[in-house]
Amino acid sequence: METFVFFYFASIIVVTAGFVVALKNPVYSALALLVMFFHVAGLFVTLHAEFLAIIQILVYAGAILVLYLFVVMLLNLKREEHFHGQFIVGLFLGCVLFAEAVLLVLKGETTLGGNLSASAAPLELTRGNTESIGELLYSTYLFPFEVASLILLVAMVGAVILTKKGILEAKS
Amino acid sequence: MSIPFVDLATILPELLIVGIACLVLVLDPITPTAKKDFLAWMSLGVLAVCALVTMEDFGETTVAFSGLVVVDSYAAFWKMLLYLVSGLTILLSMSYLKEEKIDLAEYYAFVLLALAGMMVMVSGADLLTIYLGIELMSITLYIMAGFKRFEARSIEASAKYFVLGAFSSGILLYGISLLFGVTGSTRLSEIAAVVNGPALNDPLMLLALMLIIVGFGFKVAAVPFHMWTPDVYEGAPTSVTAFMAVASKAASFAAFLRVLLEAFGGVKPNWNMLILAVCLITVALGNLVAIVQTNVKRMLAYSSIAHAGYALVGVVVAGWVGVETGVSSRGVSSLMLYLAIYSFMTIGAFAMVAILRKGGLEGEDIEDFTGLAKRHKGGAFLMLVFMISLAGIPPTAGFIGKFYLFMAAVNAGLAWLAIFGLIFAAISAFYYLRIVMVMYMREPSPEHEQHTRLVLSPQVSVVLACAVAGVVLLGIFPGPLVSIADLSILPIK
Repeated sequence: METFVFFYFASIIVVTAGFVVALKNPVYSALALLVMFFHVAGLFVTLHAEFLAIIQILVYAGAILVLYLFVVMLLNLKREEHFHGQFIVGLFLGCVLFAEAVLLVLKGETTLGGNLSASAAPLELTRGNTESIGELLYSTYLFPFEVASLILLVAMVGAVILTKKGILEAKS
Repeated sequence: MSIPFVDLATILPELLIVGIACLVLVLDPITPTAKKDFLAWMSLGVLAVCALVTMEDFGETTVAFSGLVVVDSYAAFWKMLLYLVSGLTILLSMSYLKEEKIDLAEYYAFVLLALAGMMVMVSGADLLTIYLGIELMSITLYIMAGFKRFEARSIEASAKYFVLGAFSSGILLYGISLLFGVTGSTRLSEIAAVVNGPALNDPLMLLALMLIIVGFGFKVAAVPFHMWTPDVYEGAPTSVTAFMAVASKAASFAAFLRVLLEAFGGVKPNWNMLILAVCLITVALGNLVAIVQTNVKRMLAYSSIAHAGYALVGVVVAGWVGVETGVSSRGVSSLMLYLAIYSFMTIGAFAMVAILRKGGLEGEDIEDFTGLAKRHKGGAFLMLVFMISLAGIPPTAGFIGKFYLFMAAVNAGLAWLAIFGLIFAAISAFYYLRIVMVMYMREPSPEHEQHTRLVLSPQVSVVLACAVAGVVLLGIFPGPLVSIADLSILPIK
């Protein structure tokens, strides 16, 4: 049962992710992305990471995707009629690399997952998801967490500098 | 549970730099326009303080934040180099930004924040930290590349860099996630333990390793992941180009080498041939394509690709199987030496491009250097020094860097690689010396003479003096830097 559920979510994720790239209308792409986000959230639920599932939907489906749609709407994008010439080459190379990766994995013996330490395996939760994540973020992973906040700061200031009218033009 | 204050002390330089960067952002609106230079001086000041703090880190190894950060001599060496490069970039930018009418104080904050990202990279002991450092550096550089936003070329550079950079980050992350799947950890030391043991022949580990090499190959601009370099280097403001060409390359090499040696040091046969192949085509293609460039910035971009190829010789030597530990360490230390020397000569060359003006624009075509020796003897001479150093001609530092790299290759039994490198170094002399030829042998047209000139400011003079002093002094007395590099290498397994 668990395997079946996993393969359902995983295959939908792969198919919809393909649609995001392949569909010509940006709005359809965004909708395919939405379906994908929901199925990723589904995967998190099967892993007993309910908090992550909710965050996935709230942040990605709720906030980021809406922003995408706003951008599509504001830019008033025209339907792109054709893909660039590299599409065929890219597809070919992608298929070759994919086949190579599959062969590599089939030929050798993978120890995937066998080396996971006990702490990484799904454990009997003694406390809530949220509490565990919060504790990890603010103790073990405090440093990367703060670096990530700097990345957001840079992105925010940068967006203002690159788009605000009048701060550079006035001088030129 | 509380924040361990001891850990905060180990990242004191990072904290100082981020703190001053935020202070610059806050002070900018309330500083009168006439006193904006103060913000740049403040940024320079914090670099000096950080250099003093980092000096203490040599010879000690401290692990902090539950093994995510390590401060050792290796990290200290790179941090010192990065402070120097950032300081020179700030000095170079002070007059350049005014000339280009893009003098926003946020620029200095960005230099500091990119520097903070690079420092996180060089002292990251965990793939998660290293990745976030790379992102902090890259996102800052994407924005800085687009600072001349009223110019289509600059915006194009920014957009191209962003799209391709995001793509390469995706590849790197894919590699990291596969590696996490195989080893169950992102700590370099824990990965090493699993990779040397149970996962020795795991095909997924190979796949992950390959993807990680591709991701870093993009950041150091190695062929065939170099496509973004010429366009971005050409379109970005020249001071930013200098910063990208030097600091981001040095930091990426530092993190790359740490990942390869600390996590995959036990499985060298899995990666050394791949690096060797990348090294060969990078040296060859970088040098050959540079010949046909007519824009100096593009030429220097291809030259920086070629130099990344030379630096990869050091990685190949460090990863070569069946050589003594001493020889492998020589590979690492010669790479560190090479990148330090490369920083001086590249900053100098870009500074010259930045101060050569043609009317209101930058003089960035090779033609613009025509007859420079007649009007600006000093400037032309400095450019001559940087060019012969980039070509690797004695008695400059460029020669010393190549000499140590190729000696390391010969000691590792890779004499043919050294000969290959020498042949292409000789080819590179052609395009470097062409600029010298244009400056000294050709007569400028009268109209040309009217329009092109060198715009010197005290700050730029300091940059040029530092760069030329580095190039000449390290060419004659490389001893001190060589011994510092020797003392700062990573422990080789």
